[in-house]
Amino acid sequence: MSENGCEHRERVLTMDTMNPNIKRVEYAVRGPIVQRAVQIERELKMGVNKPFTEVIKANIGDCHAMGQKPITFFRQVLALCSYPDLLEDSKFPEDAKSRARRILQACGGESLGAYSTSQGIEMIRQDVARYIERRDGGIACDPDNIYLSTGASGAIVTMLKLLVSGEGMSRTGVMISIPQYPLYSAALAELAAVQISYYLDEDNCWSLDINELRRALQEAKKHCSPRALCIINPGNPTGQVQSRQCIEDVIRFAATENLFLMSDEVYQDNVYADGCKFHSFKKVLFEMGPEYSEKVELASFHSTSKCYMGECGFRGGYMEVVNLDPEVKIQLTKLVSVRLCPPVPGQALLDVVVNPPQPDEPSYDTFIKERTETLATLAEKANMTQEILNQVPGIKCNPVQGAMYSFPRLNLPPKAILEAKEKGQSPDMFYCMKLLEETGICLVPGSGFGQRDGTYHFRMTILPSKEKLKIVLAKIKEFHQHFTDQYS
Amino acid sequence: MSFLREISPLVKNMFLSERDVLSIRAAQIAAEIQQGERKNYNEVLDLSSGDLHRGGIKPITFVRQVLAACFYPALLEDDSLPFDVKQRANGLLRQCDGGSVGSYTDSCGIGKIKQCVSQFITRRDGGVPSSPDNIFLTSGSQMALMFMVKLLVQSEGSCRTGVLIPVPTYATFTEALEDQRAAIIPYQLCEEQGWTLQMEELRRALHAGRRTCNPVALYICNPGNPTGHIQSRKSIEEVIRFAAEERLFLLADEVYQSCVYREDTKFESYKKVLSEMGSTISSTVELASFNSASKGFMGECGLRGGYMELVNLDPAVKEYTRKLFSTRSSPPVGGQIALDLMTDPPKPGDPSFPTFSEEVQSIKNMISKNACRIQEVFCEIPGISCQPLKAGFFVFPCLHLPPRAIKWAKKKQMEPDMLYCLHLLEETGLHVRPGGEFGQRKDSYHFRLFVATHEDTMEDVLQRLKTFHKRFMKEFS
Repeated sequence: MSENGCEHRERVLTMDTMNPNIKRVEYAVRGPIVQRAVQIERELKMGVNKPFTEVIKANIGDCHAMGQKPITFFRQVLALCSYPDLLEDSKFPEDAKSRARRILQACGGESLGAYSTSQGIEMIRQDVARYIERRDGGIACDPDNIYLSTGASGAIVTMLKLLVSGEGMSRTGVMISIPQYPLYSAALAELAAVQISYYLDEDNCWSLDINELRRALQEAKKHCSPRALCIINPGNPTGQVQSRQCIEDVIRFAATENLFLMSDEVYQDNVYADGCKFHSFKKVLFEMGPEYSEKVELASFHSTSKCYMGECGFRGGYMEVVNLDPEVKIQLTKLVSVRLCPPVPGQALLDVVVNPPQPDEPSYDTFIKERTETLATLAEKANMTQEILNQVPGIKCNPVQGAMYSFPRLNLPPKAILEAKEKGQSPDMFYCMKLLEETGICLVPGSGFGQRDGTYHFRMTILPSKEKLKIVLAKIKEFHQHFTDQYS
Repeated sequence: MSFLREISPLVKNMFLSERDVLSIRAAQIAAEIQQGERKNYNEVLDLSSGDLHRGGIKPITFVRQVLAACFYPALLEDDSLPFDVKQRANGLLRQCDGGSVGSYTDSCGIGKIKQCVSQFITRRDGGVPSSPDNIFLTSGSQMALMFMVKLLVQSEGSCRTGVLIPVPTYATFTEALEDQRAAIIPYQLCEEQGWTLQMEELRRALHAGRRTCNPVALYICNPGNPTGHIQSRKSIEEVIRFAAEERLFLLADEVYQSCVYREDTKFESYKKVLSEMGSTISSTVELASFNSASKGFMGECGLRGGYMELVNLDPAVKEYTRKLFSTRSSPPVGGQIALDLMTDPPKPGDPSFPTFSEEVQSIKNMISKNACRIQEVFCEIPGISCQPLKAGFFVFPCLHLPPRAIKWAKKKQMEPDMLYCLHLLEETGLHVRPGGEFGQRKDSYHFRLFVATHEDTMEDVLQRLKTFHKRFMKEFS
C-alpha cells in the first residue's frame, strides 16, 4: 500500500487486527443521525440556506443542554468545595457552607483533587445509605453495599463485567427489555455476552409481562446460560413506571429462575402520571419477606444525571448491592479499584443530592421551589407531548408515565418502507433523517432501541422548553402528514 | 451460594496482593491514634500514593477559581475573582450546551479544550503539528491507556496478545493489563545506571515473549514511575527504531512530563523525537501518548482529567475509536476544565500570573529540595541506596537487607520488603509501598517513597526512616 509516495507497510493496529469483540458495538443515541445534525449545525453557521434556523436536539436526555437550570444550592456547595476561600464570602448561605466543610473534611487533604478510595468516600456512602433508608420507609441499608461510580453507567458496566463468563452453552446470557437504553446492548456486545431480549407490551402501556419473560428465558436456555435480568424503571425509552405488582412478579421470577436482578432506577424522581408511583426494587424485595429478601441478588443503580438535577457532566452515581456473595463482593471491590476512583466532584454532588436543604434551613424555600418547578414542567411537557402526538393520524403515543422520553409508534406507508430498504436504511432511520433535513429536529429512530419486527418508532425527549416543544410537536405533525402524503 | 462464585475468570485472576494488608493496617493505626491510643508518633504519614493534595499541598488557586466560577456562574458577577479567571470561565461555559457544565459534552471531549491540548503539544514540541482530531479526552489517563490496550488485545483465542512493560512499573497498570487478559512481557530497567532502559534487555524480553504470545505493544513510562528516571533523547530514538523494526505499537505514558527538577535534564516527548527521525519511521510508527491533570503541579487526581494523542493510526481505526467513544458518556467536566487550565495556564501579564507562577515554582523548589535531602540522608544510612531523582513524584530506594532479615521474612511467608514496610508502619507511622508491588529483580528489595510533600514533612519522614532503618539493620545483623 502506497501513500504520498511512501511505502506504507501494514500497520500493527488495523480493523483486522483489532480486538474483535469491540467491533460489534453500536450506540444510536450519538450515532449517525447525530453526526448529521452536527454537520447541519455547521452548515447553518456558515450561512447555508435551510427550511429552518436551528437544529433542535431532542435525541439525548441532557436537561441543561435544553435549557433546564441547575439547582442553585447544589452549585453553591460545589463552588465552595472547589475554592474553599469562598467559605469567607458572605454571599453564600450557611447551610451550603456547612455541607461544603463537611464534604471537604472527608476528602484527602481536604481537596476535591485528592484520589478517594475506589468504592467512594466513606462519609458519602453513609449519607447515600441513609437517603435510601429514608426513601424506602426505614429498610436498612449498609454503606458497605454502596459503590459510588462514574454515572450509573460506570456501575452498570462493572456489574455486567462481573457477571459475564463461560463459553458456548455456558456463556452468560443477560435479559434486557426491548426497547432498551442502548448502553446495555453496547456493553453486552463489548463483553461478548449473550443478549436475551424480552419484549415490553406496547398495547398495555409498555408494561412488563411475566409470560414474555418466561418465553424469552426458555428460548435462551437453549443456547446460553441466563444469569441476569435488567429492568429500567422508570423506563427508557418507553417512560413506563412499573406497578408494584409487576415488580413483585419480577422478583418472584428472578428468585425462581435464579437470576441476578439489575434495576436501573436513574429516573426515580421522574414520575408524572396519575396513579403511578416509583417503587424501588429494594423496598419491594424486603417487603416480600425473608423468603425473597434473604435470597434474591440485586444491584440497583442511581445517578445525578437525570431526575431534577440533570447534572450529566459531573458523572455522579452509585449502585447498591443486596445479597451479594461475600467472596464476589471482594472481587467487585478489586474490579472497581482498577479505575482508581470515581470523579470526586460527582461524589460531592451526590452527597448534596442525598442531603438537600431541610425545612429549617435558609436555602430550603428556594430549593423546593426550583425542584418543584422543574419536575412540574417536565410533567406538563410529558402530557403535552403525548396529547399532541396522539392527535396526528398515523402516530400513536403511549402515555409518558415517567422518565424523559416519548417513544411513539409510527405508521409508515409501504412505499416509504420500500424506499428505505432500497437505501439499506431501517425505515424509521429513513424517516428521522428526512425529518432532520426538512425541519432541523433531531430524534433517534426506534431501531436504535429495539422494537418488534415490522413496527417503527422514534424516541424524542420531552426536554426542550415548553415553547420550543410546542413548535417541535407542531412541526412533527406537519412533517408526518406531508411524509404520509408523499409516499401514499 | 451464588452462581457468581464461578466468577468471571478475568476478575478472579486479578492480583490482590498483600498491599491491602498494608493499607488496611495504616487505616487501622490512624483510627487507633484518633481514639487516643498511644504510639511513638502522632500520626500516620501517608507517602504511598502519588497524590499531591492528600500529601498536604494546596491546589493551584487559578484552577480552583475557574472551576468554582464554572460550577456556579453567579460568581462571575463577583468583584472578588480576577479578570482572567472570569474570562476563562466565560469562555469555557460558552463551549457547554445550555451554558452549563452539567450537560454532556462531545464524547471525545469539548472541542475548544482539545484544541488547547493540541496547541500545548505543538508548543511543547517546538512546533511539531498536532491536530485536535487526534486528541481524545478521558476520565484520567488510565482510562485512555486501557482503551488502547482493549483495542490492541485479542482477549479470546489461543495466542494471547503481549504487551512489553518495564520492571518496575506501577501496580494498577499491571492489574489493568491482567484484567484485559493481555500477556505481560516484562523488561528490566537497569538500576545501576539510574533505572535506564537497556536495548539488549528489551530485545531479550521481546524474543522471550515471542515464544509464548504475540507481542503487539511496547509500553514506556517516561518520566518513570516509580523510578524517577527520565529517558535521554538517544534512548527514545533507540526505542522508536526498535518499535519500527519489530512492528510494535508504542504506548508512551508521559503523565509526569512537567515534573522535571534538574537543570541538566529535559523532557522530550516521544512524539517530538519520532517526528525528527526521518520520514520512513516518523510516518509509520504507531504511537499513543498519554498525559493527565492528576500529576504535574496541579495534582488534580480527583477531577479525573486525562488525554491521549494518537499518531500514525490507521484512519479506519481512528474513526472507529471515535465511534466507540460515542458509546460512552463524556469525560467528567471538572477533569476537562482542569486539562484546559493545564495546557493553557496564565501567561506573563495576566492578573493571575504572579500567584500562579509563585505557586508552581514553590512546588518545584520543594521537590528539588526534597530530592537533595533524600540523597543526603540516604548517604548517612548504610543499607539504603537510591538512584538520583530526575523527574516524577517518587523515588525507589534499594534496601540492602541482611540475610537474617530475609530468612525471617521467608519464614513468615512474606516478601522481605513487605515485612520491612509493615514494621516501618507499625513503629514509625510511615506508609510506603514495598518494591514487590512494582516488580524488581529477583532477590532485590525496594520501597517506593512519595517525594512531593512539604519540606518539614519530608524531614520528619527521613528522620523516622533513618531511626527505624538503623534499628532494623542492627536487629538483623
